[in-house]
Amino acid sequence: MNRHLISAADLTRDDALLILDTADELARVSDRPIKKLPTLRGRTVVNLFFEDSTRTRISFEAAAKRLSADVINFSAKGSSVAKGESLKDTALTLEAMGADAVVIRHSASGAPARLAGWVRGTVVNAGDGSHEHPTQALLDAFTIRRKFGRSAGPGPGRGGSAPGGALDGLRVTIVGDVLHSRVARSNVLLLHTLGAEVTLVAPPTLLPVAVGAWPATVSYDLDSALPKTDVVMMLRVQQERMNAAYFPSVREYSRRYGLDGARMAQLPEQAIVMHPGPVNRGVEIAAEVADSARSTIVEQVANGVSVRMAVLYLLLGGAEAQS
Amino acid sequence: MPAVDPASPSAANSGTANSGTANSGAAAGPARDTPAARKAVLAAAEIRRALTRIAHEILERTDGAAGVVLLGIPTRGVPLARRLADRIEQVEGQPVPYGSLDVTMYRDDLRLRPARALGRTDVPAAGIDGAVVVLVDDVLYSGRTVRAALDALHDLGRPRAVQLAVLIDRGHRELPVRADYVGKNLPTSKQEVVRVLLTEVDGEDAVVLSRAAPAATASTGSGA
Repeated sequence: MNRHLISAADLTRDDALLILDTADELARVSDRPIKKLPTLRGRTVVNLFFEDSTRTRISFEAAAKRLSADVINFSAKGSSVAKGESLKDTALTLEAMGADAVVIRHSASGAPARLAGWVRGTVVNAGDGSHEHPTQALLDAFTIRRKFGRSAGPGPGRGGSAPGGALDGLRVTIVGDVLHSRVARSNVLLLHTLGAEVTLVAPPTLLPVAVGAWPATVSYDLDSALPKTDVVMMLRVQQERMNAAYFPSVREYSRRYGLDGARMAQLPEQAIVMHPGPVNRGVEIAAEVADSARSTIVEQVANGVSVRMAVLYLLLGGAEAQS
Repeated sequence: MPAVDPASPSAANSGTANSGTANSGAAAGPARDTPAARKAVLAAAEIRRALTRIAHEILERTDGAAGVVLLGIPTRGVPLARRLADRIEQVEGQPVPYGSLDVTMYRDDLRLRPARALGRTDVPAAGIDGAVVVLVDDVLYSGRTVRAALDALHDLGRPRAVQLAVLIDRGHRELPVRADYVGKNLPTSKQEVVRVLLTEVDGEDAVVLSRAAPAATASTGSGA
């Protein structure tokens, strides 16, 4: 595995499966009375958040703390960034403080890749602009694997466990604002690596220019895609990144690309509904769908901690990788 | 941050650490022509007998295995724990709870090697509070795995007592650890690698002694 986790494309199939299998074991720690492992004792993880985030920051913080790392939270508000400090100077400050890992969220695509060249520690991308959000893709893959019974289970292998499987043959439909979505890009890359067939459904205005080069098929019609899907992943309409009119009205978008109860009924019986959050109820997903038994939204958050523990352990737990 | 724990002696329990003295020792040591000479020390029947004896010793020492929980340490301690549980049940007619205890996250040599995959921790539903936990592993060597296992147990509950059963005790302890039940004491040199092979994992039952290959001997079964 690489020393950093910047893009889902950095992960080979074996890397991804190792992370998911490790997360399967670490998820069991969450069921114990003492939800803590001593593995990263004495190591420092800095959460460097230049952009607002609830679940990702809390999730990384919980993951690092469960591995006994020291966590320093940094948010741009109330820091020297507000006084005009550059990313590089912030990075050098972290370096001087001896951060072993930096978890960075930034509104600029590519900021984590730049940071990786400036610090000695490990850099984990927690979302950069509309580029990537690899740990979200990992937790989504983890959730899908669990829901379709492909997780690591009891078996004759190491420690009486059988490694989990990939997602070969599963049909995943990602719906909505693909253009602004780092979650979509990371998911397409990772799900493809893991063997899933990915379909993107969005209005033409909300698809990136180079989408033809992505390992996914593209459709503009949600109703025809739904009956042939095992997993439907709804994306948030990112109004804050929209500086132009990408669709005539929120209501029209919702009618054509929103998932309501009637559309959910078209899904095959075993299909699940995912959403990376935060949810715009009534825009991309109806409240009744978000709260239905098929929805994995809350589970995704819980799985996020296990997956991020696995990532931090695999990147920080062993000897420093020669890179 | 390299070498945070220089005090920890070489990662001896993997057989990978050939120190300088080890190399010179090999030159002066007894002549062995084939570097990877493989010598079977225990055959399947002997392993079977050793386990049967350990099962009886556990029964004697614990008053018929009352309150005993067998926890195997991955990888090969797990099938051994299962076999011991089977034998105890055959003798006493009472099932003995058994499970597995992965100690990877508690090891003191994590930083010496790349991060490794985790084994499974599977504790019987009744838990370990107040139980007599018998840790089961294939080879007892430096004692560091057992130290890690004691830490791992501490996070899972409070056993009444903890005992240790190993198939092979090869000596060279680096910590004050001893086994309560030993299948066979096997005097070894540090340049040798002991591998326990079990049908469940390796397709055959045997204990094999070989010289450490000069290259990476990432043999998982060699240390405890």
